[in-house]
Amino acid sequence: MASTKGKFKPSAGMKGMSFSHMAKILSRLMGYVVKPRKARFTFAVICVLISAAVIAYNIRFTQTVIDSFIVPLLKMQSPDFTTLNREVIRQVIVVIIGFAANVSYAVTMAVIAQEVQRDLRDKMFNHMQTLPIGYFDSRSFGDVMSYYTNDIDTLRQMIGTAIPQIITNVAFIVCCTVIMLITNVWLTILVAIVLALCFILLRVVTNYSSTFFKVQQGVMGKLNGFIEETVSGQKVVKVFSHEAASMDEFSKLNEDLRQAAFSANRNANILQPIIGNLGHELYVLTALIGGILMVSGFGGVTIGIIGSFLQFGRQTTNNWSQMSMQLNFVVQACAGAERIFTHLDELEEQDGGDISLVNVSYAADGTPVETAERTGHWAWKDGNKLLPLTGDIELKHVDFSYVPDRQILHDITMSARPGEKVALIGATGAGKTTITNLINRFYDIDSGSITYDGIDIARIKKPDLRHSLGVVLQEAALFTGTVYDNIRYGRLDASDEEIVAAAELVNADDFIRTLPQGYNTVLAGNSEDLSAGQRQLLTLARAAISDPPVMVLDEATSSIDTRTESMVQAGMDALMEGRTVFVIAHRLSTIVNSDVIMVMEQGRIIESGRHAELMEKKGRYYELYTGVFDFV
Amino acid sequence: MWKTLLKHLGKYRTSSFLSAISIMCEVIIEVQIPYFMAQIIDKGIPSGHIGQIVVPAVILVACALASMGCGLLSGQFAAHAGTGFAANLRRAVFEKVQTFSFTNIDRFSSSGLITRLTTDITNVQTAWLLLIRQIVRSPFMIILCFVQAYRINPQMSIINIISIILLSAGFAALMVGTRPIFRRALKMYDKLNRIVQENIRGIRVVKSFVRERQETKKFDDTSAGIYTSYVKAEKLFSLTNPFLQLMFYGTLISIAYFSARLIVVDGTMTTGELTSLIMYNMLILNAILMTSMSLLQVVNGGASGRRIADVLAEESTITNPAQAAIDVTDGSVEFHNVTFHYNEQSETPSLANVDLHIESGQTIGVVGDTGSSKSTLVQLIPRLYDANVGEVRVGGRDVREYDLQALRDKVAIVLQKNVLFSGTIMDNLRWGNPDATRDDCIRACRLAQADEFISCLPDGYNSRVAQGGANFSGGQRQRLCIARALLKDPKILILDDSTSAVDMATEARLRQAFAEYLPDVTKFIIAQRVNSVKDSDAIIVMHKGQINGFGTHEQLYAANDIYRQVYDTQNPAEKDERDAAAGASGEKPGGGVRPDACLRPTAPSGIALEGGVA
Repeated sequence: MASTKGKFKPSAGMKGMSFSHMAKILSRLMGYVVKPRKARFTFAVICVLISAAVIAYNIRFTQTVIDSFIVPLLKMQSPDFTTLNREVIRQVIVVIIGFAANVSYAVTMAVIAQEVQRDLRDKMFNHMQTLPIGYFDSRSFGDVMSYYTNDIDTLRQMIGTAIPQIITNVAFIVCCTVIMLITNVWLTILVAIVLALCFILLRVVTNYSSTFFKVQQGVMGKLNGFIEETVSGQKVVKVFSHEAASMDEFSKLNEDLRQAAFSANRNANILQPIIGNLGHELYVLTALIGGILMVSGFGGVTIGIIGSFLQFGRQTTNNWSQMSMQLNFVVQACAGAERIFTHLDELEEQDGGDISLVNVSYAADGTPVETAERTGHWAWKDGNKLLPLTGDIELKHVDFSYVPDRQILHDITMSARPGEKVALIGATGAGKTTITNLINRFYDIDSGSITYDGIDIARIKKPDLRHSLGVVLQEAALFTGTVYDNIRYGRLDASDEEIVAAAELVNADDFIRTLPQGYNTVLAGNSEDLSAGQRQLLTLARAAISDPPVMVLDEATSSIDTRTESMVQAGMDALMEGRTVFVIAHRLSTIVNSDVIMVMEQGRIIESGRHAELMEKKGRYYELYTGVFDFV
Repeated sequence: MWKTLLKHLGKYRTSSFLSAISIMCEVIIEVQIPYFMAQIIDKGIPSGHIGQIVVPAVILVACALASMGCGLLSGQFAAHAGTGFAANLRRAVFEKVQTFSFTNIDRFSSSGLITRLTTDITNVQTAWLLLIRQIVRSPFMIILCFVQAYRINPQMSIINIISIILLSAGFAALMVGTRPIFRRALKMYDKLNRIVQENIRGIRVVKSFVRERQETKKFDDTSAGIYTSYVKAEKLFSLTNPFLQLMFYGTLISIAYFSARLIVVDGTMTTGELTSLIMYNMLILNAILMTSMSLLQVVNGGASGRRIADVLAEESTITNPAQAAIDVTDGSVEFHNVTFHYNEQSETPSLANVDLHIESGQTIGVVGDTGSSKSTLVQLIPRLYDANVGEVRVGGRDVREYDLQALRDKVAIVLQKNVLFSGTIMDNLRWGNPDATRDDCIRACRLAQADEFISCLPDGYNSRVAQGGANFSGGQRQRLCIARALLKDPKILILDDSTSAVDMATEARLRQAFAEYLPDVTKFIIAQRVNSVKDSDAIIVMHKGQINGFGTHEQLYAANDIYRQVYDTQNPAEKDERDAAAGASGEKPGGGVRPDACLRPTAPSGIALEGGVA
């Protein structure tokens, strides 16, 4: 792949993310969650509110039982339990309603969360298919892959867990506060003050311990880097008997990490007991101050109120601490969401073409007539005009650069007449692959012109242009599926017989028949059951079945050893028969019989002609051919 | 599995233990709180004396503080124990990996070992922290709370028993029910990732064949499959919270209702005790939730633990002999009827019945197709693998009799997948010989044709090498690796396709330098380009794990089909000439461009170079 190696790194990390920026990301995300399912989402929110209200009501139950029943009943001679019974039945009904609301909300949210994830996933992949090749060339494989793994993962947790929990907790906190205020203002103020103190304390401890985590992260990165490097090169370590030295270095880094991890963890472990016990302190304070208030007859505090406040206190502490945990998560997820949105906002590949490729048959007088079925004859359809496809390609004064100011191709002029075989040779980076990238419009030229049967390729619809060009690349990309599936990738309506015929044409049939299930053998995409040569043969069969008028063979044999190559070569020769072909090669044996050989150096064509002519000239080609000079 | 791992707890046994103890103290004290609470409500408030309230309240605050203290202490011990345990494990695994033979490394794969040393260790650390705190704390909490509740009122504790059983059973059912679904869904995720992976890697194919729509459909189908199975599991899983609340309020109502009767009718209970019971009930239910969550995580850590234990239990397939020979007398190599399998299960051996006799100081070329076991053949010489049948002899002695380091010092191999490490060029060279002087290094680099480009670098021999040597070209890396091997001052030098990225002119100089300055070293050269080995004393032609031909270029070209075929395809010009039957071969013009040529004066003078290649 000829590409600019610049690695794209989006502004990762949320340290610098402003609040308003985060709000924007969140509201966009909520758009994906809410918009397609307003009714269900509203239903879920209503259920949350009901269930929160029920919980708050439940907590007051303790107070009701104590104040309205136990205390008065204790004073009676013959206690009458009928009212209590009635109250209990009412309570049971309320609990059941709460449970129902709770279940419907939880299930609805779980389904919504899954839907949103599926939709986002599909959207991302769908969008990715429309992106230009330049997008993939300018990013590392890992970067793109991580949208689907890491980023969608954080999003999954956020949509699946964080958002529902935040909604629940907010609802609870609101309900509890309202009911506490109704029950007793003074004790509510007390709870509020203690909670506020809790959170200030928490903030301080968290901030303090997070600095240690950063240190740990750094040390861990160093150790992991060392591990990765050493273990990847473990065989070299063995060959040089370097085990003891590696161990020394490792021990040092390992001890550093242990110390850093210890500091980080001991500070983090301060949090849990504090949170847990602040609940107790609040508990005690409520009882103490409540008791004092009650004894002094201030504020209308009763035993029952104290009892229920003890629980309100706990409940709200729990809600707050859960919510603060989830909020941390939201901040993290925002970074992931931002990366996904950036990906979704990438510009799609533009297609300005209006000329399409159609099947034609020829009438008796030789005029082409458009047909629906495959005839093996093609034509370009420009409005009503039909222009037969012959496979004549011409480049005139083409300049090109992947990134501005770094010109890759300089003034390239070349032509391939129908049925001609054109070879491009030159060192890595000379610009051979770039030329093929331009012909199928993976990239657009800066200046000059490229024509196909005399038509400017910019005027041809991209899918149609690409249908008319068959490409076989150095890296034989296969897809998981059967041998049939992989060859059929070239033409989806090909019959099994046609596939076998294509395989026979390129000499692939023999080895396919030796596979365990023949053509039905399932190949893994990165299959190591096949040799490089065999994989390449399959991609040749794939190109053969698509039967394109023009073929591009880009270093199709360079990863194969010489002997296997001779096997593949016969297949390639068969494939090239009767087509216009561009061959990029570094082994000259494969291209000596070309109609034109172009020698490229640093983005320029320095020599061109037939083998004999070039040998005569005793220039660079001659040096290459006689082995004096070699590409590195 | 835990037994293997726990052996490496070492001195962190004490802090693990202390952490568990202090967390138990925390629980013991914490459980007292609702009890004193009841005192305030029952005695303090009705008495009307503020003093009666304040005294138990002060005790309560003291309890809460004490329990917090224990919790903090436990946190410190746990941090010490968890991180220490992880460090010990990491060290043990790394140490083990250092003893691994190539076979062991192949079995786990480098990436597998890296995962074990990083992610897996972290998982075990997390699991251990949970184990010595949460898993001790929560069940202990359940027991103590239950005991307290029982002491308040034995009858009422029946409600607790019922709620404990119901909730535990409910959680267990949820986990058992959702686990297989989650596992299935995870597999579908792998499939989805694979589709994305293949799509990105093959994006040029996708676009060339205009298959975007089919790819999208393939993706959407799998994505929909994930949705269907996940929705099922998540629906079930989402019931956790409603169920917990139902249990909580169910027990709350029953406790309140029955207590009301006990308080009012029997007078065997007090209002304060009622609030304590409710409190204990809440603590119990929470503890059950915590236990099940922690168990889930510990189980997940278990998978990592098993993977680590596998490495620790692995025995190195190659070990040093008891009375090892240290002297490698010369560079002669013999193979006697050697058969070798990478995998004991495989039917076809990678090498079969190989016999070879190479005299010290010879240059031997090795050619053959990919997969013909060229690398396998030479890797048996420094005993990177052991032959299954037959023996390999170096310097007249079975390689299994030598001390490993002594053998590998004298048999230097430059692996096909050679690696440079981050550090300076000098650091990397000294892997070959830690005591090498600067002059030694320069000499080796001149021999390996590396000095020329190194002296062009601004920092010369002190230039940084990035991880994997990424800042050098393929050819430069290969020459550095050769120099590194030369510094061992070996008796046998093996180059496994180590000059594939070096241009022909440089490679020719390299060969010439070897012949001139390393006449006594036996040299094995595996090459794709036949021309690289054409002038060797003998050439081995490998085919399907066997020696197909052995002899000089002339002999093989005359008698060996494979050799002739390869040679002809790679030398079309010569073949043309021969075909044209033009007797004498023409003089080849010399001197291509030397890619490394730079304007700076090379070769710092003053170093009397045996290997001073002109």
